[in-house]
Amino acid sequence: MSLTAPVDLGLALLLLGLAVWVIAASATYRAAEGFIAYGLVLALVWVRLGSVDVALTEAALGSGLTGLLLLRAAARLPPADPAERARPAKGVRVLAGLLCAVVTAGLAAVVLLLPEPAPTLAPAAAASLPATGVGNPVTGVLLAYRAVDTLGESIVLVLALIGLWSLAPDAAWGGRPGALTTAPAGSALRFLAQVLPPFGILVGIHLLWVGADHPGGKFQGATVLAAMWVLVIIAGLRRPPPVTSRATRWLVVVGSLIFVGIGAAGIWLAEAFLAYPDGLAKPLILAIEAALTLSVAVILGLLLAGPPEAERPTERRS
Amino acid sequence: MMPVQDIFTVAAVTLGSLFFLAGTVGLLRFPDTLTRLHALTKADNLGLGLVVLGLLPQVSSPLGWIGLIAVWLLALLAGATVGQLVAGAVRPPDGTPAQRGNPPA
Amino acid sequence: MPEFLLAAAAFVLATVALGLVRVLRGPSDADRLLAAQLLGTGGVAALLLLGVATAEAAVGDLALVLTLLAAFASVGFVTGLGRADAADPRPEATAGGDPERPDEAGRGPG
Repeated sequence: MSLTAPVDLGLALLLLGLAVWVIAASATYRAAEGFIAYGLVLALVWVRLGSVDVALTEAALGSGLTGLLLLRAAARLPPADPAERARPAKGVRVLAGLLCAVVTAGLAAVVLLLPEPAPTLAPAAAASLPATGVGNPVTGVLLAYRAVDTLGESIVLVLALIGLWSLAPDAAWGGRPGALTTAPAGSALRFLAQVLPPFGILVGIHLLWVGADHPGGKFQGATVLAAMWVLVIIAGLRRPPPVTSRATRWLVVVGSLIFVGIGAAGIWLAEAFLAYPDGLAKPLILAIEAALTLSVAVILGLLLAGPPEAERPTERRS
Repeated sequence: MMPVQDIFTVAAVTLGSLFFLAGTVGLLRFPDTLTRLHALTKADNLGLGLVVLGLLPQVSSPLGWIGLIAVWLLALLAGATVGQLVAGAVRPPDGTPAQRGNPPA
Repeated sequence: MPEFLLAAAAFVLATVALGLVRVLRGPSDADRLLAAQLLGTGGVAALLLLGVATAEAAVGDLALVLTLLAAFASVGFVTGLGRADAADPRPEATAGGDPERPDEAGRGPG
């Protein structure tokens, strides 16, 4: 299909242009805005590379949530931040440019000089897929073949949240996270935050459900759910929970706990940690995914909400 | 002679693409932010709607139709509300002290 | 038919690219707010055209996510404008018109 070439070329050029913009932008928040646009275009590139799972993750997490994090960080910098004005010495910049070029050349060489056909485990993974009961090979890898990696990642997320919370000053402990507070929201923002989340929740749950056999899965679904929650907080319709809230803490750990529990049960029922008994693979995978979606959504939302800030009794935050 | 669906698709998608072009021309040529916002939200959303309409005959399953139409409806909703949001940021509604320091270009 | 759809996708992408150039360079910060919405509609249209042309399943889900996240990004842009550019301090205290909200643990989406 010869006409894919202009589309691919156009996407690549657009991506490069946006990347140059992000680096050349003079103000931090302009770079952050360019980064978000870059992420959305990158999602299209992933589709052209045949990885819709990665495209979903890129659009939701790489562009959406990370972009918002960068924007909020940029917004909290003082206006004439000296770090924005100071530029490294010319020699440093040239060296950095050279190193980037060398790394790029190395990556290009690795990709372009791969033997044809490239060595891959994909046929073996696909061949064993029916035993796991899921149809999406990515889900099969994440939750069946390499489930222990996914377990590690979910625990790392909890640790990251703990690390973020530990940034709070002692006096602020027990308060609500404050990084998402903003000026009083106008009616348009409140309307958006009332109307969009129901659809977002539907899309998130749909992604979780469909991820067993089609691109999607718990991580993308959780990210969409977290984005909707963050939207509600930004608009001032709900306040983030205080860090001492037990219910929140249970939600944060329930995914990892259930994952570990099912893994441990596998020792008795199927001879190995995280082995699934025959015929029970798909229901167990779905149970793990559902619990993880909930936990990851809460964790991602809390990660964006930031460390707790001291409550000020005389002032109300939107 | 192409089947009727293909003619319909070609017509609708071409019209949709022209609306996208019109929207971009508006973005490039209109004098200030609010008019550019207007070009963006109206023309581009209409273009998306026509593209979705044109793609409907090409998708065979009813679930696919629902998916396409859902995308368009969501885009309409999001676009309309975000348009108001951005406009409010550019020129705050009367009575609110300007909190964003950027006057319309 | 796939060739036509691919050509249309390339065309729409070109208009989006043109628009992005204009919007990202825009003289005032407000112009840059438009970038996310531009990608949210134009990018989604190009994605749908590409998806149907290459018979890639599941682009519908990605299109939904892109639309949602573009709106989300626009919110981020707009609220990020509350930066202390204009010499007023970061609005920490709010007079706010919202009615008193019962102090529920506001966790969970919605």
